[in-house]
Amino acid sequence: MNAAFPLMGNSGAAASSKSRAAAEGSTTAAPGASTLRMKVTRINFYYGKNHALHNVSLDVATNRVTALIGPSGCGKSTLLRTLNRMYETLRHTRLEGQISLDGVDILTLDVTSLRRQVGMVFQKPNPFPKSIYENVAYGLRINGHKGRLDDAVEKSLRRAALWDEVKDKLQKSAYALSGGQQQRLCIARALAVDPEVLLLDEPCSALDPVNTAKIEELLFELKPSCTLVIVTHNMQQAARVSDSTAFMLNGDLIEFSPTRQMFTTPSDPRTEAYITGRFG
Amino acid sequence: MERHFERDLEELKERLLWMGSLAERSVHQAVHSVLEADEKLALAVLTEENVINELQIEIDDRVVQLLALQQLMAADLRFVLAIARINNDLERIGDQAVNIAQSAQRIVRHPRVKPYVDLPRMGELAEKMMRDSLDSLVRRDVELARSVLSRDDQVDQLRDQIFRELLSYMMGDSSVVFPAFELILVAKNLERIADHATNVAEDVIYMVAGSDVRHSTADHRTA
Repeated sequence: MNAAFPLMGNSGAAASSKSRAAAEGSTTAAPGASTLRMKVTRINFYYGKNHALHNVSLDVATNRVTALIGPSGCGKSTLLRTLNRMYETLRHTRLEGQISLDGVDILTLDVTSLRRQVGMVFQKPNPFPKSIYENVAYGLRINGHKGRLDDAVEKSLRRAALWDEVKDKLQKSAYALSGGQQQRLCIARALAVDPEVLLLDEPCSALDPVNTAKIEELLFELKPSCTLVIVTHNMQQAARVSDSTAFMLNGDLIEFSPTRQMFTTPSDPRTEAYITGRFG
Repeated sequence: MERHFERDLEELKERLLWMGSLAERSVHQAVHSVLEADEKLALAVLTEENVINELQIEIDDRVVQLLALQQLMAADLRFVLAIARINNDLERIGDQAVNIAQSAQRIVRHPRVKPYVDLPRMGELAEKMMRDSLDSLVRRDVELARSVLSRDDQVDQLRDQIFRELLSYMMGDSSVVFPAFELILVAKNLERIADHATNVAEDVIYMVAGSDVRHSTADHRTA
């Protein structure tokens, strides 16, 4: 495994998006945010010649859930992957503009340090081929954890609402867990190094409704201690779990509003058409 | 597993019950402002109306948020729909209480037409129907809700009795036409309050049992 990605598996296929004329208006301020954990300022992103994000600006509020929604290929996963420079795992990619974490340009940060502060959970659960315990302990070890490892592992598993289900089988293979449990293990693994931000890329798309509900409840539990950004193709999920929602279309950020507002009185007709199922 | 929105549902119910208690107090004060010719009580009702109106808007907003964001199903969906309807009924009860209080302000300028006998009974019945309909909501008690439906006819009978009696007073002495007419309006308002309490009870039955008993005959409603 690449040491730069101690807490992550394969990045998977990045979303592609056809370029379209980037409107200057593709910038949006944080909806009623008190403090900002991350700030995306007029970024453009390219996969080779493919202009995937157009002048996108987005404020990620501290201890809030920000959801990114939009049809396939709209750039929501691409935007998510810029937040911890995950795109750097792909060749021929280019980012213009600025993204800051707590006011510091993320391009000036050591990438390992950045990804420790901005953890990530993927669509498909990707536990390491190790024991449940080791999956969580691994990131702690390579980050030079001081103190009792057992306590830290338990704390992370508890935060991920998994402890009660696995406490008697910590040495069993992570692969013995159900899909939903594996996903919560991946969340525990990401939480172990105490990230400031957790990025979730369609974390429930491979899960049944019961496990989806467990992950959604977990997001509410994590919010006081972590800032969350979630990409979801499930609009209802965005409505249920997020405080702010960004709607993207063809690489443009069309609307960024408090979730309550977006799902009751969206300001852009394209948002309205999408969330009412008239396209996408 | 408790879902996050369950807290929102609980809060919604608490706000509605608070609104219900204010509406109940308004009706009580309005009736007594007539019976005791108490203008202070009448004024208190007029003041309270704004609070009830604001609660109606707040509760409506909560309902819209829940419907838009939580994709409620089955019992949760019926609960929120029932709350939305009850919200309107409680606001209308508040309006009827205001009408009664305004009548009281006009009635006090005239000598009492007659000793009040049926009006206090009607007020008590309507208030009890309101209280029981809200209690049935709290306790999810279908039987109590059905008992509210069965009392609506008693209120209607009292209204007819009051109409007949006051009409005969007016025919006998034209100087009492104005206060007697106001008392007829009060009786009409109380009958409407009982109707709204009946609506609340019907919504509780829908919420708990899933059956729609609106516009049914008396037999069906209480079956």
